[in-house]
Amino acid sequence: MANVGKKSTEWILFVILLIAAAAVIAPILIVLMNSFKGNIFITGGGTFKLPDSTSFVGFANYTTGIQRIHFFSAFGYSLWITIASVFAILLLTSMLAWYITRVKGRITSAIYYLLVFSMIVPFQMVMFPMSKIANMLHLDNLLGIVILYVGFGCGMSTFMFSGFIKSIPIALEEAAMIDGATPVVTFFRIVMPMLKSTAITIAILETMWVWNDYLMPYLVIGTEYRTIPVAIQYLRGGYGSVDMGAMMAMLVFAMIPVIAFYLACQKHIIRGVLAGAVKG
Amino acid sequence: MDKSLRKYFPLFALPALLCFTVSFLIPMVWGAVLSFCSFSTITNAEFVGLSNYVRAFTIDNYFTSALLFTLAFTVVTVITINILAFALALMLTRGIPCTNAFRTIFFMPNLIGGIILGWIWQMIINGFLAYYEKTLLSDSIYGFWGLVILMNWQNVGYMMVIYIAAIQNIPEDMLEAAMIDGANGRTTLFRIIIPSVMPSITICLFLTTTNGFKLYDQNLALTNGAPNHGTEMLALNIFNTFYSRVGFEGVGQAKAVLFTILVALIALMQLYFTRSKEVES
Repeated sequence: MANVGKKSTEWILFVILLIAAAAVIAPILIVLMNSFKGNIFITGGGTFKLPDSTSFVGFANYTTGIQRIHFFSAFGYSLWITIASVFAILLLTSMLAWYITRVKGRITSAIYYLLVFSMIVPFQMVMFPMSKIANMLHLDNLLGIVILYVGFGCGMSTFMFSGFIKSIPIALEEAAMIDGATPVVTFFRIVMPMLKSTAITIAILETMWVWNDYLMPYLVIGTEYRTIPVAIQYLRGGYGSVDMGAMMAMLVFAMIPVIAFYLACQKHIIRGVLAGAVKG
Repeated sequence: MDKSLRKYFPLFALPALLCFTVSFLIPMVWGAVLSFCSFSTITNAEFVGLSNYVRAFTIDNYFTSALLFTLAFTVVTVITINILAFALALMLTRGIPCTNAFRTIFFMPNLIGGIILGWIWQMIINGFLAYYEKTLLSDSIYGFWGLVILMNWQNVGYMMVIYIAAIQNIPEDMLEAAMIDGANGRTTLFRIIIPSVMPSITICLFLTTTNGFKLYDQNLALTNGAPNHGTEMLALNIFNTFYSRVGFEGVGQAKAVLFTILVALIALMQLYFTRSKEVES
């Protein structure tokens, strides 16, 4: 009897989960469906109707959308900024983390606490001076923004790297140095290989942040180089008028790389998020 | 080792620290100074004392209403997200078929960017409201609940993953012992599961709180504060103070300082709570 009861609760739970999963997926499918409908059929009561012979417009929304926001350039900018920033963050902050963990002193611990402090400061605090300084120093281009991302991503990444470095025995590094290896060789040959799994975690977290970031690219390079989020927000015309058809098509395009990335690296992403949440 | 490495500061530490100084340190200090100044670009600042801070509250620029909206929003989302996430985590740790597929699906919205999420939900919520001949702009109450739904859709999966990991870490024999002693589901939940995952609950409560307070992109794309600043949250209010009216840059910076203090206080509380938990265990 108890067994039957257990089976039936399992079924009820399964059905609840199915409904929840449908609720999670439905919005994405509705966007996809509406991306094939004419503008006027998306709003005003027609949102949840399937496309029919009058509302179906084929790929027209996609072609208008791509032209209006130059989607493929936006994709290119996003891709470059994300890859370059994440790579630079990993390299520079792992070196910094090793240095401030292994060299003990007042200055290195002051640096550590400053970096930790930077993790809790919201972007709005530095937004205005930073965008002006970026202008003054000519960092308002595709290379300069990478420098800004390194500076802003430094805190969390150095914090996580140095947390890991503290846990690895120093003996290995000392042995290498006694054998005559310079710090540079020691770092790249001995330390860096050990940082691999922490580096993957950090790479995932920083990728999610940089790829989706809106305000920094909008303020610093938004007039010249529009990343995907900035480009999408630009579909909103003056006085709040929006071409909803083109918007739906571009939302689909914006989600495809994210979902592909998620399905490909799901295990790493979930593990990374867990590690980040517990430490951050 | 300490000594031979020490002189390598320019190579190992300097590059990252230069970036940090340019993009964070200088803007941070400068921003703090500017909050006491009147300015329109950062070089023509004039000291005005605390007047920006006073103006943040006295001039009607919706700062207090944004603060109240943000507080209400954060309270509601912290409760709903954590209850839903915990419930899903409980269901997904009972060996039900397709557990992994469900987990994959529930987590997915978390990766989609805030701007994109905002537009997705603007279309859907307006689609529903159209049946009642209303839109998101008709009343700020729609924007409020719209943001709550959006935030749940995005964050439940993330918190769920944290809760699942915590529940799976509960020693099996503890649950078995409870079952042998005749504990029912409710007792097991309140006496064993919840106390053992308390550290994760603390983490999730603070994560959802900071997420709520700092929300910007979703707010911008869903309603952009409309109607009449009724759905404007703190971060958006600060942005609008800076950029939509000339002459209010100082007030914007003063608001940003207050915002930072608020967020830092939450983070300090989190540190205090997690530290005291660590001492206990």
